[in-house]
Amino acid sequence: MAELKFTTDHEAIYIDGDTAWVGITEYAREALGDLVFVELPEIGRQVSKGDEFAVVESVKTAAEVYSPVDGEVVEANDNMEGDLELIAKPLADGGWIAKIKISDPAQLGDLMDEAAYKDYLKTLD
Amino acid sequence: MNNIPQMSSRTPQAEGSHANKGDSSHALGMTANDDNHALHYEENLLWEKERCDHPGVDLPAPAGMPLRTGQQAREDIGLPQVSEPQALRHFVRMSTWNYSIDHGFFPLGSCTMKHNPRLNEKLARLPGFAHLHPLQPESTTQGALALMYELQNWLAELTNLPGVCLSPAAGAHGELAGMMTIARAHEQKGQGAKRKIVLTPDSAHGTNPATATTCGFEVRNIPTKDTGMLTVEAFKEALYKTDPKGADIAGMMVTNPNTCGLFEKDIAVIADLLHEVGGYFYMDGANFNALVGKIRPGDFGVDVMHINLHKTFSTPHGGGGPGSGPICCTEELARYMPVPTVIKAPHLNPLPQGRGDSESVSSSAPSPHRGEGRGGGASYYYKLETNEDRPETCGRLKGFHGQFGMHVRALAYMLSHGADGLKQVSEDAVLNANYILRSLENDYHAPFAHQGPCMHEALLTDKRQKEQGVQTLDIAKALIEKGFHPMTVYFPLVVPGTMLIEPTETESKDSLDRFITAMKDIAGEAASRADAEEHFHAFPLSTPRRRLDEVKAARQPVLRWK
Repeated sequence: MAELKFTTDHEAIYIDGDTAWVGITEYAREALGDLVFVELPEIGRQVSKGDEFAVVESVKTAAEVYSPVDGEVVEANDNMEGDLELIAKPLADGGWIAKIKISDPAQLGDLMDEAAYKDYLKTLD
Repeated sequence: MNNIPQMSSRTPQAEGSHANKGDSSHALGMTANDDNHALHYEENLLWEKERCDHPGVDLPAPAGMPLRTGQQAREDIGLPQVSEPQALRHFVRMSTWNYSIDHGFFPLGSCTMKHNPRLNEKLARLPGFAHLHPLQPESTTQGALALMYELQNWLAELTNLPGVCLSPAAGAHGELAGMMTIARAHEQKGQGAKRKIVLTPDSAHGTNPATATTCGFEVRNIPTKDTGMLTVEAFKEALYKTDPKGADIAGMMVTNPNTCGLFEKDIAVIADLLHEVGGYFYMDGANFNALVGKIRPGDFGVDVMHINLHKTFSTPHGGGGPGSGPICCTEELARYMPVPTVIKAPHLNPLPQGRGDSESVSSSAPSPHRGEGRGGGASYYYKLETNEDRPETCGRLKGFHGQFGMHVRALAYMLSHGADGLKQVSEDAVLNANYILRSLENDYHAPFAHQGPCMHEALLTDKRQKEQGVQTLDIAKALIEKGFHPMTVYFPLVVPGTMLIEPTETESKDSLDRFITAMKDIAGEAASRADAEEHFHAFPLSTPRRRLDEVKAARQPVLRWK
């Protein structure tokens, strides 16, 4: 069964079998403001956990999106380049930035579930 | 100036943006055709002038005379043909749209927009300085070189870092010079390949990680979010993260006081830990105005830093001239820094009657007649060093002497203040920032105010106003409506909705009070109006252009004028 995971850097991850669909959380979207640009990763790129693999840019700032796991970028959401509003959609509904084939499923254990992420957000303000 | 989001930056105008429909110039019944209203101008492009095909007088060449240089090659390249007064007025009218420190209060945080004393300008315009040519023989430029030498000495004294290179043309250029110096030092010691990590706090100016990356280093962030400051624990964790001995660390880049306006109180301990593992400490000197004359970065472990003459030492940020970002470094690193610096060289042909005293060319009373080969008894002369003088240098970054006009202005500023005056500069800058912080801490969220005094800039956020739908950007636009240039907004990134206010020492209490009153009024309106969100979204109302749709402008920029 698919589930949502989160990082302390506000990436949101939808786990679909051995693939992680990575996007950004609502908190991150609010902090960034309206996006003006998304730089997508190259297909086939090998990433390690914590590597920057995409950049989201708003009128306020540009922020890196980090890979939550080791793996290979298998798909990038080209639709997002033309429609930045997609980022606000649920991950499985078009809000993902890239899909990463997970090479070490054990790393998923380091990610937060929704309840843990909500608690984490409370510590930030 | 670093890559800080600024209100002063021009956003390309989005075509058909709804914000432009309320354009106040149209509301005033003006057309966009060379019209004006109450001395409030609309200005067309030169191409759009009604009569842009009327060149000045251009007589045909007299019969039988050879064509003058260039005439044969001349062809129409589509430039607008306007008369001299038309062209002059076009540019002068547009120049009046600029806002500058000469117009009013300019509290842009991290930018040190202080008054530029006119004495500096007067001295920079002295013909002996202004009319020099960079290729003149050094024997004829001894005075100018002596001035640069004197400036190097002042900067060395103020930082306690003896190696000074004046040539970098701006702060970020100085950063590049400094980090290239560090890279060169590791390379010369055979450590270049393994020392690849540069540590920066997450509150750093964006240019810091950019510079490190440009120099081939890998950037590692040190988190600071709780207190806005570096802690020894967080630093150690980053230092030993991939090597327990820190042998992969090239150095760190830290701004002190940092971008939250706070003095890094553990900086000396952190510098010692860094030095223990063989790393170098680069300090971003953007905020040196809070320290100058009070403490010397060399005393808290800095190995190399840049200084923005256009911030701390009052040379213009623009309009009147370029920036200038000299670097200062330790004796150890001095051999690696870029060339050239000005050095005193032994005289090639000392005259027998010379006193043989190295001080016989006095830097305070230089005379070109006592220079190279001119006699008068000097045993030294000033020269720009070359790669032969310093073979281990990382190279040359800038043509000729750097921004010499800025060197004149900066030294004029230092000499007119003196050592005691410079000390008062930083004291007053810090006092002014604290006056603003304490005056506004009950109106705005001030996340670090409880920790004690700030340095030369005060950090506020929109946390309270956001509850009414009024955000930092709206507050900035409301300030424009009230006649003030906004502060730096949304920087540093470690605090959401930041407003970074740097008043500098050159503002009077009266001027600070007017700004504080405007800020209090804005906070009051945000708190008391039921329609605060809508009300604030309309600002500014009285500017030639109303609020632009920044998102649309960035997503669909219109980059052609037609």
